[in-house]
Amino acid sequence: MKTREAIDIEQIRGDFPILRETVHGKPLVYLDNAATSQRPRQVVEAVKIFCEHDNANIHRGVHMLSQRATEQYERSRKAVQKFVNARKPQEIVFTRGTTEAINFVASAWGTKNLKPGDEILLSQMEHHSNIVPWQMLCERTGASIKVVDVTDQGELDIEDFKRKLSDRTKLVSLTHVSNALGTINPVKQLAELAHQAGALMLVDGAQSVPHLKIDVQDLDADFFAFSGHKVYGPTGIGVLYGKYGLLESMPPYQGGGDMIRRVTFEKTDYAEPPARFEAGTPNISGAVGLMAAISYVESIGLDAIAEHERELIGYANARLSEIDGLRIIGTAENKGSVVSFVVDGIHPHDLGTILDMDGVAIRAGHHCAQPLMARFGVPATARASVAVYNTQDEIDALAQSIRKAKELLS
Amino acid sequence: MSDLRELYQEVILDHNKKPRNKGTLENPTSTAEGYNPLCGDHIHVYLNVEDGVIKDIKFDGCGCAISTASASLMTEALKGRSVEEVQRVFEKFHRLLTDEDPDEQFFEDFDALMALSGVREFPVRVKCATLAWHTLNEALKGGERVATTE
Repeated sequence: MKTREAIDIEQIRGDFPILRETVHGKPLVYLDNAATSQRPRQVVEAVKIFCEHDNANIHRGVHMLSQRATEQYERSRKAVQKFVNARKPQEIVFTRGTTEAINFVASAWGTKNLKPGDEILLSQMEHHSNIVPWQMLCERTGASIKVVDVTDQGELDIEDFKRKLSDRTKLVSLTHVSNALGTINPVKQLAELAHQAGALMLVDGAQSVPHLKIDVQDLDADFFAFSGHKVYGPTGIGVLYGKYGLLESMPPYQGGGDMIRRVTFEKTDYAEPPARFEAGTPNISGAVGLMAAISYVESIGLDAIAEHERELIGYANARLSEIDGLRIIGTAENKGSVVSFVVDGIHPHDLGTILDMDGVAIRAGHHCAQPLMARFGVPATARASVAVYNTQDEIDALAQSIRKAKELLS
Repeated sequence: MSDLRELYQEVILDHNKKPRNKGTLENPTSTAEGYNPLCGDHIHVYLNVEDGVIKDIKFDGCGCAISTASASLMTEALKGRSVEEVQRVFEKFHRLLTDEDPDEQFFEDFDALMALSGVREFPVRVKCATLAWHTLNEALKGGERVATTE
């Protein structure tokens, strides 16, 4: 087992200039990493160097800068491929983020393959971005949605999953790690069950990629989606991994430049994946930033990051549990880098404001997971989520600020 | 801390803990449901309007201290007032929350509402403070309506 010395926290914090910010005169304590993580200077620098030295459009210019830009964009694709252990780089489609990746599957795969009577299996703990695209798809195709229950601990109810999975199920789409509770779902086991039932499996990896080593082949996910900005990269760049055979069978998602082989007004031949799904000029500098972010994460090691975060969340659970009237929502055995909680008599929104005055940034609200909030009978929760650069001192600052809020509002 | 005390004044804390006119009306002349999709706050406003006057007003729902206190203060301020007055009060109230130079003289008649002036320093909380008012506006249009802050 790795010890805490596995990472050099001072050096890591030094990589993130934003952590030296003060907020309302207090040092920033950034605990909203599940919403977006901060970027190390290595990422900021890589994007800057690209913009200052290599910027050009990709895949079409014969000039040097276009070649350099193309080379870096495609190198990023390879970096992503290795990062999630896809079979080949052509299985990596760049998107704007997880949301676009899921919408892309719903639109390109779903519209072609679903018909009335077919079912999509989701869970109660999905983010709205893994609910609404499927509802829109069902409206178009006549397919319907089934929802797997969540237990009182905030775990997926596996028995309910098995009950609701049937030969009508064409796709299972589940979050790997719950953004609102931190629960880590056994997606490998669930993918196996889905496949036995003849369904495909999409894994929403937005919250898992920053914290767990991902091997899409081992998970046997058919689709896997994630965002760059939650893994220390830029906003506006994300990834859809798809098994190549599936991608090959899918029609384009958007039409435009870069996704064609030959265009006449009579007929257009589409390019092979992934180009088929990347119409228009993509977020090239974003891809460069994502590549730098992956390289940064790999330089520390995801195992070491996960261990550090596990310790921090364990510490946070212990410290927050000491506070009278504080209830942690989601107590799954296997839990990621999130602690969600409510405090008696204090609405999370008020808590968020009071903590902010102490420089402590958390998320207060429904976390784009209203069905899950309804499941736990709360309108909203406060959520602290950690990243590699957070410390126990920052958890202490959080706990102290919550006590202050209780004093102020009592 | 001083800004926080400005926001969470005693009056606010009191109305949050003991909201006035909270509950439902048996046979309201109109109702509306208000919703803030950003934070999930949810409120119902019930009205009994007779001859253009708000005879009774109640609210129900859940929200943060600011939205609960604001709803409570609103019902106290407006009970017995004419429907015509409401629009003007809302406008003045909105300015109180957003403007550097609110009409303080106006609030001599509605001094309790001044307790919410601290919201000005917290722009993201303005929607909390106005949710009940937007909902009331919808209710005044009659029937059963839905308001959102977005």
